[in-house]
Amino acid sequence: MEENSGIKVTYNPTGSSAGIQAVESGSCDIGLSSRDLKDSEKENLEGTVVAIDGIAVIINPENPINDLTIEQITKLYTGEITNWKDIGGADDPVVLIGREAASGTRDGFESITDTEGKCKYSQELTSTGDVVGTVASNPNAIGYASLASVKDSVKAVSVEGVTPTTETIQNGSYKIQRNFVFVTKKGVELTGIVKDFFDFATSAAANSLIEQAGAVPVAR
Amino acid sequence: MKKLKKAANFFEKLMNIIFTACGFLAVAFVIVITGFLVVKGAPAISKIGITDFLFGTKWESTASEASYGILPFILTSVYGTLGAVIIGVPLGLFCAIFVAKMAKPNLSRMVSGAVDLLSGIPSVVYGLVGMIIIVPFVRKAFNLPDGANLFSAIIVLTVMILPSVVSISETAIRAVPREYEEASLALGATKTETVFKVVVPAAKSGILTSVVLGIGRSIGEAMAVMMVAGNVANMPRLFKSVRFLTTAIASEMSYSSGLQREALFSIALVLFVFILIINLILNLVVKKDKN
Repeated sequence: MEENSGIKVTYNPTGSSAGIQAVESGSCDIGLSSRDLKDSEKENLEGTVVAIDGIAVIINPENPINDLTIEQITKLYTGEITNWKDIGGADDPVVLIGREAASGTRDGFESITDTEGKCKYSQELTSTGDVVGTVASNPNAIGYASLASVKDSVKAVSVEGVTPTTETIQNGSYKIQRNFVFVTKKGVELTGIVKDFFDFATSAAANSLIEQAGAVPVAR
Repeated sequence: MKKLKKAANFFEKLMNIIFTACGFLAVAFVIVITGFLVVKGAPAISKIGITDFLFGTKWESTASEASYGILPFILTSVYGTLGAVIIGVPLGLFCAIFVAKMAKPNLSRMVSGAVDLLSGIPSVVYGLVGMIIIVPFVRKAFNLPDGANLFSAIIVLTVMILPSVVSISETAIRAVPREYEEASLALGATKTETVFKVVVPAAKSGILTSVVLGIGRSIGEAMAVMMVAGNVANMPRLFKSVRFLTTAIASEMSYSSGLQREALFSIALVLFVFILIINLILNLVVKKDKN
């Protein structure tokens, strides 16, 4: 960051759609979105992936299960499967741990597994650390957390046979992931410090910062 | 000599002004916070509708068709506080009786010291201990799938209100004149009879004050219960994951926007009204005592 000191970036966290609209109306230079652009938005806007968020599905190490399909995860979280024995585990009830309603991780997880608003949580915790801690202390629990915050006290299952790692997230084979996208206006050339910031954030130099923030950098 | 007196006079006046200003500062804070809560919290209540807001049973603030009913939070806060008081007050009162009347001076000092220490422990530590010890314990003891529920929250709140119940009750019990007790004992009553029939009734208003303060502490607690209650907006049941008024605000405030954020301020307003009522009751109790 040293060579870039002196540039001030203001980030207004209003939600992806509001950010995209703000770029379209010209009230900000760069919008940050946690979803890819829709086709209708792509007419006027350009999306550049800056980082990827890999969401690991975690269970207690005592749980014998090692792999889940997206369909199984959906059924678990919507309450269709309520006992681990239905998917090859022990005869124990499933305890669903999630994040609070406004969490970005929850939003990402629920949109990928198609469980938005349908999750039958038994706990909604307000931090990743709490989710990891709770799953570690309850053998029946299943939770989700950004890959970077997964510790040895819990087991990250493979999804559709793919173990979550930086590589499988970068090459797209691990399914529960979403892009963080810089949104800019098509045909409008970025200039001056805005261009400098954009170039820095999308260069390999920003990788360590992205990792620090708990996300996975794009393979470059 | 005259000069010195003049300087002293000036100093007196200056200090007088500073004391007065500081006194009004506290009042100003109360007025600003009240005004802020009313201004920020009232609009959402009128937008949602007061009955839908206070008696609605569904809270889905981020759903595409959002609903903002806080009855689950209100009932959870009331039940949680009630539970903590029902368990905590007898425990605290008996502890106070032990410290003030039964224990030898050394032991009494030690127990008092421990209770004071308990009141100094930050609430996040209570939450942490609750999360790591009480939640798994409740899960195993009652054979539940998950131990984060209203019951665990009540246990944590009980421990948290103990210090205020014990220390204020103890002061009240110690303030009962010795002659009352001596008279009772002289008439042939046992020590236990004296405590329950003479000392406790005489210290009644102080004990009530301690109960009201305990209620205040428990209804306003956020951090500790957030870590043990599970935080799902269910209608409260003893072994179900629940969300309190305080945790409803704390868990959503950071990312909220629009009507959702306004509704959180409305919850704060409701909580503030609760605290106001508790304080009014406290004032009444203290006043009655003076008469």
